[in-house]
Amino acid sequence: MPTNSRGMASAGNPPPIARRRFVEVLLGSGFVATAVAFLYPVLRYLVPPKAPDLGSDAVVAGRVGELKPNSGKVFRFGNHPGLLIRTSSGEYRAMSATCTHLSCTVQYRDDLRQVWCACHNGKYDLNGRNIAGPPPRPLENFEVQVRGDEIFVRRRLEA
Amino acid sequence: MSPLRNLRSWLDERLSWDELVAPLRKKTVPLHRLSYWYFLGGITLFLFVIQVVTGILLLLYYRSGANEAFESVQYIMTQVKFGWLIRSIHSWSANLMIFTAFAHMFSVLFLKAYRKPRELTWVSGVILLFLVMGFGFSGYLLPWNTLAFFATKVGTEITGQVPILGKPMMIFLRGGEEVTGATLTRFFGFHVAVLPGLATVLILLHLLLVQRLGMSIPPKLEVEWTANPSARREMKFFPNFLLRELMAWYVGLGVLGALAAVFPWNLGVKADPFVAAPAGIKPEWYFLFMFQTLKLIPPKVWLIDGEVLGVLAFGLVGLLWLLLPFFESDQPSRTKRWITGFAVFALAYVAGMSVYGHLAK
Amino acid sequence: MAILRNNLRLYGAARYFGLAYVVLAACLGFGQTKNSCLDCHSVLPDALGVSQETFSQDIHAQKGLTCTSCHGGDATSDDPDKAMSRKAGWKGKIDRKQIPQLCGTCHSDPAYIRQFNPSLRTDQLGQYRTSVHGKRLAAGDTKVAVCTDCHSVHDLRAPSDPRSTVNPVNVASTCSRCHSDAGYMKGYSIPTDQFAKYSTSVHYQALAVRGDLSAPTCTTCHGNHGAAPPGVDRVQNVCSNCHTFQAQMYEKSSHKAAFQRASLPGCVVCHSNHGIIHPTDAKLGTGPDAVCMQCHTPGDACDQARAGLLSSLKRLDEAVKSADQVLGVAESSGMEVSEARLGQDQARDSLTKARVTIHSFRTDLVDQDIQAGLKIAAKDLQAGKEAMVERNYRRVGLGISLIAIGIALAGLWLYIRKIES
Repeated sequence: MPTNSRGMASAGNPPPIARRRFVEVLLGSGFVATAVAFLYPVLRYLVPPKAPDLGSDAVVAGRVGELKPNSGKVFRFGNHPGLLIRTSSGEYRAMSATCTHLSCTVQYRDDLRQVWCACHNGKYDLNGRNIAGPPPRPLENFEVQVRGDEIFVRRRLEA
Repeated sequence: MSPLRNLRSWLDERLSWDELVAPLRKKTVPLHRLSYWYFLGGITLFLFVIQVVTGILLLLYYRSGANEAFESVQYIMTQVKFGWLIRSIHSWSANLMIFTAFAHMFSVLFLKAYRKPRELTWVSGVILLFLVMGFGFSGYLLPWNTLAFFATKVGTEITGQVPILGKPMMIFLRGGEEVTGATLTRFFGFHVAVLPGLATVLILLHLLLVQRLGMSIPPKLEVEWTANPSARREMKFFPNFLLRELMAWYVGLGVLGALAAVFPWNLGVKADPFVAAPAGIKPEWYFLFMFQTLKLIPPKVWLIDGEVLGVLAFGLVGLLWLLLPFFESDQPSRTKRWITGFAVFALAYVAGMSVYGHLAK
Repeated sequence: MAILRNNLRLYGAARYFGLAYVVLAACLGFGQTKNSCLDCHSVLPDALGVSQETFSQDIHAQKGLTCTSCHGGDATSDDPDKAMSRKAGWKGKIDRKQIPQLCGTCHSDPAYIRQFNPSLRTDQLGQYRTSVHGKRLAAGDTKVAVCTDCHSVHDLRAPSDPRSTVNPVNVASTCSRCHSDAGYMKGYSIPTDQFAKYSTSVHYQALAVRGDLSAPTCTTCHGNHGAAPPGVDRVQNVCSNCHTFQAQMYEKSSHKAAFQRASLPGCVVCHSNHGIIHPTDAKLGTGPDAVCMQCHTPGDACDQARAGLLSSLKRLDEAVKSADQVLGVAESSGMEVSEARLGQDQARDSLTKARVTIHSFRTDLVDQDIQAGLKIAAKDLQAGKEAMVERNYRRVGLGISLIAIGIALAGLWLYIRKIES
């Protein structure tokens, strides 16, 4: 009687009895099938997915030259919209684009030189501070870094 | 068969393999009405191995840090092929492991397997249980979702209640006064480095002790079998018992797979330290009995703060629990009935409080 | 009056010794200058009673003003005759007609007010004179509101204090004290149900229930000191302070000119005034909440445009809802669809935007928003369906794995039986 159960899986030995062979085949195929069932997901898991990792704390909000002075654009920051602004002096600012009043998406108004929410006429200054209308809180302000051609925006680290 | 034979003899020449596995061949498992309780330790070990494997796989994509942890877990759950499966198995297996560890402990307690000479096996086992709960507590925070954030806040707050040592301990755990990204970094370190190291050493010790001392026989049966050696029944550990254990592991795998596929572990909402704690925040189920007890103790008992009293009482009970074998008689015929009574009470208390805590608002 | 004063004197004399130590203690305790008014008025019954405690809450008391600042007289004298003598400038109870003027002596004096709060306005009296209240008071009607009716008196608090009668959350109930009293308002040809209607409005919900202090109350539309109805053709100017987009679109729309010609009050025509409830698409319908067909003829070009707009809104609304439903099922079976959920928010935004664009009354503009929303909702629906496919894929995978495990278990069991037989 073989004590090594793995020995059962190899079909090299002619079986003395048909019944014994059946048990061996059953056990062997059971082991192989389960091994495949476990290894297949693991191997698929190991292959890095094509979709870029959205967990990064910095996103590329735009490219240098894309924004004229005194203009702004909405970009995607993780699961939420962000607002990138180029001030009339050419400086970049970034903040959350979700209005703190009723969560509408805010926009940059070049005529007002302010951030403006269309829903109830809320206004924020270029640091995200609520200065007029209903918004109860400032917009979260993000950090902007220009690296080469790309404008990176990241959350400010915890104070 | 011959290549395998060759490999075996090759190994035997270098490692004296047969000598190494000889104790395993000699090992027997007593056969009686309650034998199936012997499987629980092995199942717990199996689940631990699953944890190690899935844990390592999760490390390929997980990133700690308040800004990234939630997103990386979300990435695992949505983008990585079978990421949902690996993470769900890790979470489900963690919970099952804690459950089987508890069950294993109580079975050892009721079968009085902790008696001399197995005191150290018991002590190492109880410490392992504490470690496993530490795994649960630290791992729960890693996805950085709201529930985990506030459960950790409450849990570390309770640590802070311990007199004198509490505050420094809380600050050590949190990596500061508050639960922040620093806490996450620490908990990650505990979860993937400190605790696995400790647990591995203790598991090896635990297994070595089990191997050296053999399987325990319940005292009643031991008295019977000593009086009448012909009544003795046992099963060879290898391969008979191990094959049965293997069947239990396969069943365990099937259960895990089904739980993970039908009830994938959910992701929750990203933690935001500035929102109010959701109402009725509760810890994981294995901490519920302690949590509920602390809630039931009145704020002031005599002159002492109720919560402090509760934390101290749990500390004391934990210590007594660890040293339980040293209160037991070494004569199988004279085992202490009060310890069984205590065990029944403890089981009823833990179960009752957990259910109460689950139902309470 | 003389009898009352004599009684007071007796009363005061009788209590003089008894009160002496209390007053002394009070003076020592608070280190205040002597104020003999409170000796009597703090124990007098309601109409004449003002306790030290009440008056100390008054912003004027906190800024150092005393009884005599408004009422005149000599608070240093313990003799009621001397303290309340005309010679000492005592004015007694201020006549209602004089109150605005009296308050104005300080509040219309920028140089004086600047000492306390440089940014506090000083145009209240001027505004008041332009208000319906002010005009009627000037014409001799003393039932109308004067300063103290709204701001209260002797316990007057800054408007930012939540206990102030003119704090945003309290304004409506303050106005309603008169304007909801049918008996009091008899003789004026205005309704008294404004407060009842306002209490059902979306603005009241925002202010009182959600606690959004920026939400409009009576004074936001009518003005406070210069309170008056906004005037039929100026309504949209009032609403546009918050509802900018709607106003911009309405300004350019054909309805503006038409309403002006017919002397109809802009926004109010469709949305009413005090009882503005959250508008639904039913407004564009033909049911009881419908507004278009009150003027338009069934079957004309406008009616057809109306029906088109309504069906566009409904189509997007249904698309969003059906995507939501599929995503909900996927989510409850543990699938991760937060990405599509995020998309749903954008689809809902498009729907909201389309509803705003209705104010342009142009089908082409509304259609742009509808199409944008439909596109997103379709993508989300697809994501939800894919999640459901994925769910089934997982279950099939599970089934296959379980079969494999079953075979291994059967093999093991048979093998154990064999080696043990």
